[in-house]
Amino acid sequence: MEKHSVGGGDSPALPGVPNRNNQPRALANSGSTQASVETLDSPTGSHVEWCKQLIAATISSQISSVTPDTASRDFKALRDGTKQVQMDEVPLVPGETIKAVAKDVMYICPFTGLVTGTLTSTNYKLYFISLERDTPFILDVNLGAISRLETISVQSHGENTQGMEIVCKDMRSPRFAYKKEDASQPEIVEVLTKHTFPLSNGLPLFAFLYKEKFLVDGWKVYDPISEYKRQGLPNESWAISKMNSSYEVCDTYPALLVIPTSIKDDDLKRVVAFRARHRIPVLSWIHPESQATIVRSSQPLVGPSDRRCKEDERYLQTIMDANAQSHKLTIFDARQSSVADNNKAKDGGYESESFYPNVELNFLEIPNIHVMRESLRKLKEVVYPSTDEAHWHSAVDQTHWLEYIRVLLAGAVRIADKLESGKTSVVVHCSDGWDRTAQLTSLAMLMLDSHYRTLRGFQVLLEKEWISFGHKFAARVGHGDENHANSERSPLFIQFIDCVWQMTRQFPAAFEFNELFLITILDHLYSCLFGTFLYNSEQERVVNEVQTKTVSLWSYINSQPEDFTNPFYVDYEHHVLYPLASVRHLELWTGYYVRWNPRMRPQMPVHQNLKELLFLKAELQRKVEELQREASSSHGSLSSSSEHTSSPSHSGGTPLHTTV
Amino acid sequence: MFDGRVLLKQVILLFWPLISTWVQGAEKIDSCQLQVLEMLSSLGSAGGKSAKPSFVSYVTPEEIKSEKEPSRKEKHPDLLPGEVVFCSASTVLKYTQDDLSQRGVFGVLLCTNFRVSFVSDEEPTEEMVRTLFKNKLYGENDIPLSCVDNIYGDKRKLITGGLVKNKYPSKMIIHCKDLRVFQFSLSFSKEEDAKKIFQGIVHHCLEPKSLRCLFAFSYCENTSPNRKCVGGLFTKLLRKKQTVMFDSVEDWTQDMKRTKGNCRVVSENSNFELSPKLPQYFIVPKNVSDEDLTKYQGKGLPMWCWSHHSGCALFKTASIPLVQEDNVCCRMLTAVAHNHLYSVKTEDLSDTLPTVQDILLSYNKFKQFFLIDNTTEFWMSDMKWFSSLDNCGWLDIIRQCLQKAVEVVESLEKENTNVLIMEEGGSDLCCVVSSLVQLMLDPYYRTLLGFQSLVQKEWVAGGHAFLDRSNHLHLKDKVESQSPVFLLFLECVWQLQQQHGPAFQFSETYLTVLSDSVHVPVFTTFLFNNDGHRDSLLRAESPHTQRSPLNCPTVWDWSVQFDCKAQDLFTNPLYTEKPKQDTSVRKSYRPRHLRQLSLPSSAFKTPPKKGFFKDEADNLKKILGVKRLSRWMLSPSSDSPQTSSSVREFYEAWQTKPLDYHGLLLPCLDGPSIRVWMQRYLRWIHDVQILGGGPVAMLSKVSEILGEVQELQRQLDRHGCTLTSNHKGARPRAKTAAAVIAARSSVRLSSSFPFVTSRNWAFKPAIPTSLLQSLMVTGMPGNLADREDDGGPESLV
Repeated sequence: MEKHSVGGGDSPALPGVPNRNNQPRALANSGSTQASVETLDSPTGSHVEWCKQLIAATISSQISSVTPDTASRDFKALRDGTKQVQMDEVPLVPGETIKAVAKDVMYICPFTGLVTGTLTSTNYKLYFISLERDTPFILDVNLGAISRLETISVQSHGENTQGMEIVCKDMRSPRFAYKKEDASQPEIVEVLTKHTFPLSNGLPLFAFLYKEKFLVDGWKVYDPISEYKRQGLPNESWAISKMNSSYEVCDTYPALLVIPTSIKDDDLKRVVAFRARHRIPVLSWIHPESQATIVRSSQPLVGPSDRRCKEDERYLQTIMDANAQSHKLTIFDARQSSVADNNKAKDGGYESESFYPNVELNFLEIPNIHVMRESLRKLKEVVYPSTDEAHWHSAVDQTHWLEYIRVLLAGAVRIADKLESGKTSVVVHCSDGWDRTAQLTSLAMLMLDSHYRTLRGFQVLLEKEWISFGHKFAARVGHGDENHANSERSPLFIQFIDCVWQMTRQFPAAFEFNELFLITILDHLYSCLFGTFLYNSEQERVVNEVQTKTVSLWSYINSQPEDFTNPFYVDYEHHVLYPLASVRHLELWTGYYVRWNPRMRPQMPVHQNLKELLFLKAELQRKVEELQREASSSHGSLSSSSEHTSSPSHSGGTPLHTTV
Repeated sequence: MFDGRVLLKQVILLFWPLISTWVQGAEKIDSCQLQVLEMLSSLGSAGGKSAKPSFVSYVTPEEIKSEKEPSRKEKHPDLLPGEVVFCSASTVLKYTQDDLSQRGVFGVLLCTNFRVSFVSDEEPTEEMVRTLFKNKLYGENDIPLSCVDNIYGDKRKLITGGLVKNKYPSKMIIHCKDLRVFQFSLSFSKEEDAKKIFQGIVHHCLEPKSLRCLFAFSYCENTSPNRKCVGGLFTKLLRKKQTVMFDSVEDWTQDMKRTKGNCRVVSENSNFELSPKLPQYFIVPKNVSDEDLTKYQGKGLPMWCWSHHSGCALFKTASIPLVQEDNVCCRMLTAVAHNHLYSVKTEDLSDTLPTVQDILLSYNKFKQFFLIDNTTEFWMSDMKWFSSLDNCGWLDIIRQCLQKAVEVVESLEKENTNVLIMEEGGSDLCCVVSSLVQLMLDPYYRTLLGFQSLVQKEWVAGGHAFLDRSNHLHLKDKVESQSPVFLLFLECVWQLQQQHGPAFQFSETYLTVLSDSVHVPVFTTFLFNNDGHRDSLLRAESPHTQRSPLNCPTVWDWSVQFDCKAQDLFTNPLYTEKPKQDTSVRKSYRPRHLRQLSLPSSAFKTPPKKGFFKDEADNLKKILGVKRLSRWMLSPSSDSPQTSSSVREFYEAWQTKPLDYHGLLLPCLDGPSIRVWMQRYLRWIHDVQILGGGPVAMLSKVSEILGEVQELQRQLDRHGCTLTSNHKGARPRAKTAAAVIAARSSVRLSSSFPFVTSRNWAFKPAIPTSLLQSLMVTGMPGNLADREDDGGPESLV
């Protein structure tokens, strides 16, 4: 039995396929043809149908054979005699091409047993379809989500059988088996490997090949100037500086930075030199009333010899002075204090309270990226493929995943509380200020500023705190890179999104976006379909012309925002939300981590009923307006209004009880 | 006792016009009066054996007199009819929960025949007065005597009764069965008062007493004439729209007809001649003869629970005692089987489900996580939370019950066999399983009235020993039989409700309130062990012995506890009404593609019949090694022995079908799906209240939209047009639900809504201690100075 990781290889080029992001749209277009389709239950309105399709296509995702609507769709296809066209054609997104096809491949489904079908590899996804069951069985995996490919080759009964395990970043590891009969077969693995890890094989990421056109341009979502303007910046204390416009001061910071107005260029240079990777303290957010600010930076280069930098000390003093409400400044060091001490020995360190007047330093005791990676790895073992029933909670406990979520939330709550109740400005940093710092500042901002809790606002938050401030997405996710064991990889962004999800659980009405939105973000963190999360810094994105050569995830999201909207949303306006950082109120995000288990899949989205209610409301609203118009135009004419009374009962009769 | 007598006489005279309609002649008044006085003295010296002189002195003439003085009267809770104060102590300090600084509120602590009550010296704030969800029987500082779980003295020493005279602790902690925790300091009170109140509370809460001392009897005696007047014919008329009580032949007949059952109603026991343990009326298979009924006094009789539309039915029975001839068992089984010429499957629940003792043990461990005395303790336990959950096994017991119910459902639904569930008494887990099965299969029971009827049918008429299981009387020989079986059932219902919200007409709050009501000794529903017990006691206690039994309210009379507005929170605004046009009420939900059902997870276990991938499978098995694959194949037998593969398949097959909220409902039993009933367990814990969050935020939005829909509908109606829609039924509810919440913005409510009012809520997060804890846990020295600075819950009193 030999086991080896597969390297690259040559590929044949074949015709092409769509992706599931495109699917909802495609389904919507085919909505008219579906009107006559006999669904498995009572007839439902197009709106409901739309929701069902959407959920099936996007949340419930790739193992779609079990979702009833897929089934019904395909039955229709069967009846129409369009079977060949429907079944054999791999759905492709614009720009996607089929690279290899293997027949008689067995998918070892951990939930429903073995299933034999055809495996197709495109340059964007792996697509498996089996027609041997009553309902077609489909599995598709974005190549970007694949962490590593492993093959097992075994000789038995004179046959050479191959096993292939596709270890994914999104908490699953589908396994396939096929007979190695001739030379044509192994090529699927090689083709797959080549396109899964394009960067390791000298190929471009798929985002650069994707040709979809959206009505909305997602790259326009975030404009730093207007975002700072929304916050009331610049003002007398804070200026928007262009000193980093060519990324010369700091190559991992954005071009535009908000710094104190009074700082002199020479002093600034010293501060730059004193901060790790030149990530100086810059403003992230300013409180509209108290003018207290969230400032982010990297660690000061104190070193074992307790170096001081007068300019840095004065710089922090200036930040403190910019807020008249408080004569203190709080520094939150996200690290564990022991780790910070270790860093100090290695030329890093933290601000000494004795050198920085009126500054208090707190450690938030958050473990590093390696601990988080290990935690998620353990979590995957707990949730995939099976979940142990009796010891479920202990097993989750042992991964410590939720505990880290708790520590993160608790840290962010402290920051938010310091600003809101203490009216005190805070400086947040860890070592480099692009991992835990981004997590903490963005969470605190989410708690403090209701704008970030809207669909658009959250996009801005991500663009700003994560993407522009140089969270190393490429390194942490490892887009298109085959080196799965790279210790730079860590699920920090997932952890952040998990924290956001926990907040949406605790405040179900405070967020304009829904769970599908968060899952979609995470899916496209890996997919490489959009350019949004590619590369490590703004500079790299500019160099690689991401904005012109790729599509933004927000283009897709914002062209159908209704699908990502939380029907319960109420604007909490200026209310600060403090999530409860108690494990009792945290739970494992089964909708994301355990979604591959068909038993855990909700048959009907919980919000379905409310969506219908909203639909009914809109319908009624429309009718009332219609009638009012009617009444005003034909004043007093009873006959005309009574004529119209019967018509609404037709269109309004959309059955609203649900059966999905 | 002269003063007291006068007082009582006044009360009775007040009711005189009412009483006189029922009772002729003035001498009856005297007998009434006498009874009340008897009761009073019996309560004062309750428990017989512990009738020490010191206890008699609780109700001294002086005390009764002093209660009448206006200055003291303010310090009273509003006494209920029939409620009498035994003793009281002033300047008692009630600690604010979780407060390490030992701050609190001074007030009077009283013990009555109904409750332990604390009346604050401080004037109630307006907010408190406006509390929406107010229980009319007891307030937030009242503990009904039967609701007291444990009392602790100094150094958390458990008080067990049988006290040393003249001793009392300076601090008294009371843990309640509804999970509230009260801490009182007696060290500021007069020694005499403190001693009296402590011993009084311990005596009345912990020591054995007779059933007739329970508050229900004095309460009902003092309210029943009044109720009787409004009752009578009017109630009879209303009855159709009320909870079916299953105390008449008609009720049973109707339920059988509704489910198209084909059995016979037995009314031979209407005067409990067969056995006092059997229900007054019940249903058995047709083949059970009268002879059988009398011969075995009902032991081992298969009692009908529910009929499936296919004709097969669910029966339950107490296990047949061994002394009886073997053939009884067979005869009964054949009787069940003959029911509809179907086969019969027996399920002995004692073999497969935990015992009542297991349930109690597990629950006792579980509840400790929520009985929080102080903040530090809370955050400490937060760290081990998930592991502790698993260790106590409570969630697993819930899962097992649900799973057993699914198995029974499968037999009825898929295999169409009759099912006979049995256990020793036939009235514990049988009740749990049979009612769960009915909830899953029959949408009627998911309505509010349907659910109440179900509880009446399976639990109250079904003879669940509520009195013994909750041990209201603290009898030493009943300690063994204590067990929260009914709560376990409610927990299971809650799980179902969580997973399939829109299928249930009642809300989570309803279930929580119902679980609390078990410990309010006012309702006949939960006071007795069975019908016979209830009947005999109510007759014996009746003031008009010859005429009718004492008329006590049932728990279903929610107006006794809550006003209409509060009751609106019992309904689920997202409940999907049954579509009206649907005439095929109970169509069969047969899966379209049965073949698919046999596929899951059996591929490797048994040689699959489908040869098309058998070869491959065999081959692979050899190749990849069975062991390694088995994990991947999720072979249920090896992976998690607890869920049988058949249940899994049944669930999966059901899941692939479109969900019908008015059809069969099955719970998902996977680890993540069984959750903790947050509302019930976390509602009193200050530290875990999410300010501005929790499900109420959604509720208010839904109510708001329903309100708008309603308004628009009205506008349309004004324009004279009608809209056919299924949401019509939801509308009337909407208005009221909206009204309940509209008063406050949901931002100001918390996850503990509606149980805790929002007074004193500064919008501050509960962080400092949590941070301290996280520091401690990660082995870092806690920065105490920092903690002080942050402020937090400590500053809220």
